Amino acid sequence: MSTATVFGLCAAVAAGLGTYGLITNPQPLRKILAFNLLGSGVFLFFGVVARRGAAAGFGGDPVPQALVITGMVVAFSATALAVALLLRLFQATGSATLRPDAPASADSNRTDA
Amino acid sequence: MGLGFEIGLVVLVLGLATWTIVARETFAAVVGFATYGLLLALVWVRLSAPDVALTEAAIGGGLTGTLLLGAAARLRATEAAAAAERPGAQLRLVAAVLSATVTAGLAAAVLFLPDPAPTLAPAAAANAAATTLGNPVTNVLMAFRAMDTLLEKVVLLLALVGVWSLAPDRLWGGHPGPRHEADPQGAFAFLARLLPPPGIVIGIYILWVSADHPGGAFQSGTILAAMWMLVMMAGLADTPPVSRRLLRLALIAGPLVFLLVGLGGLWLGDAFLAYPVAYAKALILAIEFPMILTIAVTLGLLLAGPPERERER
Amino acid sequence: MRLVLDLFTIVTVSAGVFFFLAGTVGLLRFPDALTRLHALTKADNLGLGLVVVGLLPRADGVLGALKLISIWLLVLLASATVSQLIARVARRNVSA
Repeated sequence: MSTATVFGLCAAVAAGLGTYGLITNPQPLRKILAFNLLGSGVFLFFGVVARRGAAAGFGGDPVPQALVITGMVVAFSATALAVALLLRLFQATGSATLRPDAPASADSNRTDA
Repeated sequence: MGLGFEIGLVVLVLGLATWTIVARETFAAVVGFATYGLLLALVWVRLSAPDVALTEAAIGGGLTGTLLLGAAARLRATEAAAAAERPGAQLRLVAAVLSATVTAGLAAAVLFLPDPAPTLAPAAAANAAATTLGNPVTNVLMAFRAMDTLLEKVVLLLALVGVWSLAPDRLWGGHPGPRHEADPQGAFAFLARLLPPPGIVIGIYILWVSADHPGGAFQSGTILAAMWMLVMMAGLADTPPVSRRLLRLALIAGPLVFLLVGLGGLWLGDAFLAYPVAYAKALILAIEFPMILTIAVTLGLLLAGPPERERER
Repeated sequence: MRLVLDLFTIVTVSAGVFFFLAGTVGLLRFPDALTRLHALTKADNLGLGLVVVGLLPRADGVLGALKLISIWLLVLLASATVSQLIARVARRNVSA
């Protein structure tokens, strides 16, 4: 059981927790949070593969590490877009729910779209 | 000693991850997530990936935490309504089974990874002479997989255009986000005046040093974006109007220079994004400086959100 | 000489960890937000300072040592400002 394996199992559990939160939590913001957790678990898995590829004097294989760096930036931009969509939903309907039958509340500020 | 430190770290990290999922208040969950990101940076250091650790701490912990905290504050009014939508036991059971399958699958993949692990490290080391850079991750990002980095910048721009497109028609081109006010004699304004100068120096240093040591353009751009956000949040400067030409020029500077150097490689060298060996380091630096400007401005604007106030004309 | 330096590092870092522990105990046991902030800011900054001092003999060169100290100073600045801001909100919530 090496360092990389321990962190690999940690990545597996983090991804599982993220999946659970994504499915069960009704609030969209909590879903976005769980999705980020799932993503970080997957990136950690990449990191474990990179660590196991240590050779030629490097501590880890640099190619998966570069892919993870790219992935983290893209994940942040996706999260930013998701949050902007959620805030716009809240602004347009007065409630932040994904239920299809949610009534628009009386004091929702309907801005011209 | 053995694996004691690693196991302790994993217990902390997973405890925080669980807290993020089960916490009742969204604010508490987001705080847990930001802390999780910071501890995850320690995990990355233990995995011998300091560049990734810097990125995780800056973007995963810092920027995502800020973004989600702001959203949680704005959505505080919906917390009560969400409590009525608690999922039933059946959904929880199905979700638990599904998550357990995901975890088991990934754990099996970890335990049965091939033993002489396949790696591209020797290939990266053998080709390092093509750029004379010492940091292998920078080599991969800026030379061997430079196409990925170029396309990633375009993805950032697309996300920004997506965020801007959510503004109502009459507010298009206006100022993103609310006008922040803070006591000009207070602690926050003091920090926003004191921290940005050394912060900018540190940001550019992290880019400069990434040629041979851990660092990189994305980490550098994130620090610069954070300094800009600090100044805007303390009310010392307003968010720029989205239609300002200089802003849009800064946004396209990074990908544009990257594309020009790439086309230059096609014309003067062998292929798109090929660097002649004698000029490789200079070309990479020439790409990276506009790149951190673009990254800083894009990340700051992604945090600020769609335009909410009309441009004063 | 090596032994003395290593011993110094162990002793100072342990003292720093003790102060971090004290700050955490204060966070968990103190009654309200202001006292908790006080425990955290004072104890944690002193703990970090001791950890940094303990790591100085192991830094690579003067530049490395200066970087460690500047990290401590930056954390000091950030935590002082943030604790001021939190305390202002906490006092407003208490008196409201």
